Amino acid sequence: MAVTLDDVRHIAALARLGLTDERAAAMVAELNSILEHVDVLSKVDTTGIDAFAEQGGVGTPLRADVGPQIPLARERETFAPSMRDGFFLVPRLSTHEDVDAAS
Amino acid sequence: MTIGGGLTELSAIELAATVGRGDASPRVAVDASHARAAEAGAWRDGLNILLYEDRRDAHAQADDVAARRDAGRVGSLAGVPVVVKDNIATTTLPTSCGSRILEGYVSPFDATAVRRLRDAGAIIVAKSNMDEFAMGSSTENSAYGPAKNPVAPNRVPGGSSGGSAASVAAGIVRIALGSETGGSVRQPAAFCGVVGVKPTYGRVSRYGLVAFASSLDQIGVFGRTVDDAALGLQTIAGLDPLDSTSADRPVPEYRHAAGGSLTGVVIGRPREYFPDDLDPRIRQRCDAALDELRSLGAEVRDVSLPHTDLAIQVYYVIAPAEASSNLARFDGVRYGLRMEGDGLRGMYEATRSSGFGREVTRRILLGTYVLSAGYYDAYYRKAQQVRVLIARDFERVFNSGVHLLFTPTTPTPAFELGAKSDPYDMYLSDIFTCTANLAGVPAMSLPIGRVDGLPVGGQLIAAHFDERQMFAVAYALERRLGAGAHR
Repeated sequence: MAVTLDDVRHIAALARLGLTDERAAAMVAELNSILEHVDVLSKVDTTGIDAFAEQGGVGTPLRADVGPQIPLARERETFAPSMRDGFFLVPRLSTHEDVDAAS
Repeated sequence: MTIGGGLTELSAIELAATVGRGDASPRVAVDASHARAAEAGAWRDGLNILLYEDRRDAHAQADDVAARRDAGRVGSLAGVPVVVKDNIATTTLPTSCGSRILEGYVSPFDATAVRRLRDAGAIIVAKSNMDEFAMGSSTENSAYGPAKNPVAPNRVPGGSSGGSAASVAAGIVRIALGSETGGSVRQPAAFCGVVGVKPTYGRVSRYGLVAFASSLDQIGVFGRTVDDAALGLQTIAGLDPLDSTSADRPVPEYRHAAGGSLTGVVIGRPREYFPDDLDPRIRQRCDAALDELRSLGAEVRDVSLPHTDLAIQVYYVIAPAEASSNLARFDGVRYGLRMEGDGLRGMYEATRSSGFGREVTRRILLGTYVLSAGYYDAYYRKAQQVRVLIARDFERVFNSGVHLLFTPTTPTPAFELGAKSDPYDMYLSDIFTCTANLAGVPAMSLPIGRVDGLPVGGQLIAAHFDERQMFAVAYALERRLGAGAHR
């Protein structure tokens, strides 16, 4: 299952990573080299093994979906100075309309 | 004489007692640590093992500890300076994960492990250099430049927690926090000649540890000695309602494990960790340590963990897969760096490409690939199934009457800076350590001698939540080896 340049372009788009042509070409070779080592796994007999039933030997506990607010060491306003209607305001993108002009 | 009259030479427990009695002020202990850092050349223009400090804040923490002491509340780590890895959240120093994408980021909350250290009287004196987002085995992948090994500055300190290991080795602190995903505490501990502990998955809260691979990540502790590390783990271990993966299990007294006889203790020597091509000098050091364990009354038994050879391959599917998901949050909106691009997507791509380094980019792409349609079953599901086989190997051995395993921590001593350019060659540095992360069992590295002046680490691996037994053997071995552990 060799990785192609098109594969690298596709997964880079999925991962929201911009790659130069040179970097993308290098990545084809690097990923193929790593996956060549990984291919040994395909030869292991794993019949009947539930991949997620005994992960870590102790399972992954879930807490109840309730609880107190997580305490912050600093006031929210000190690290997120702009709020409106309970939402954080973040710096606008240069390609987007000004948030104030739009409202 | 250094500032503080040799306070940096005291063990953590001795320093806490000295401060607790009022024989030394916490400020003097902090100043001694900072002076030692300067003397050792710990900063950017030297070993580059430390990234951030704030002396005014350290003094403020010290004054708070002094006030608590004067009010009769002396913590187990009163006045003990501690270094924290740069991927563990602290409110008073940046948490940049060794990455440009988080440059200047300061967390609004402390990690639970950090809060517990502060509650016990410890003082956070610095954040340490690391491989970017903990992806690496040499601390050469840091966006802030490679760290160097204080024992041999032309060599790497190991990684990814290289800065924390090196801070302990350089005598700046007795206790430091690191994090483990595949060996990132034990491997640098071995390379720097200090003690490094990876607790059982779930033993220590990960609240405030920046996630890399969530089914593997665990905060770990470095100590100059086994006792320093035991005291550190004692302080941070235990259930935390803020981390659903932290275990609701009692935390026994690790320090009380010291001094017991090893009669009746069965130690397994897994043959897969002593391959024919193992550096003969490392083999000799391990065999000598096993002889010492026998002389202490332990029974040493040959055992087999037959799926060990598949661990690196499993690790390099699962860890990048989980990383590709966890690191999606660094998008130019929520944290730190933002680079403008063409539209929202262009901004994401420009930010992530410019903020992430080469190894992080490689792993995100690898992880995205193994999770993508058509490849998920062949790679990710398959790796999870083989992971089960690796975990069963440990379960079978520990159910057969073996209490602990003893292995080399690394296949070689610390290598030279720049020596490993092939990514897979670098990944093999973790060949003896990543199995414990995959199985979730506790493990530690302790110094067992040197080869050509370079430290060699011996690894102890225990069953789930049996850190106490692991410490008992580590205390005994450390005492038996004495100064021999460092020559």
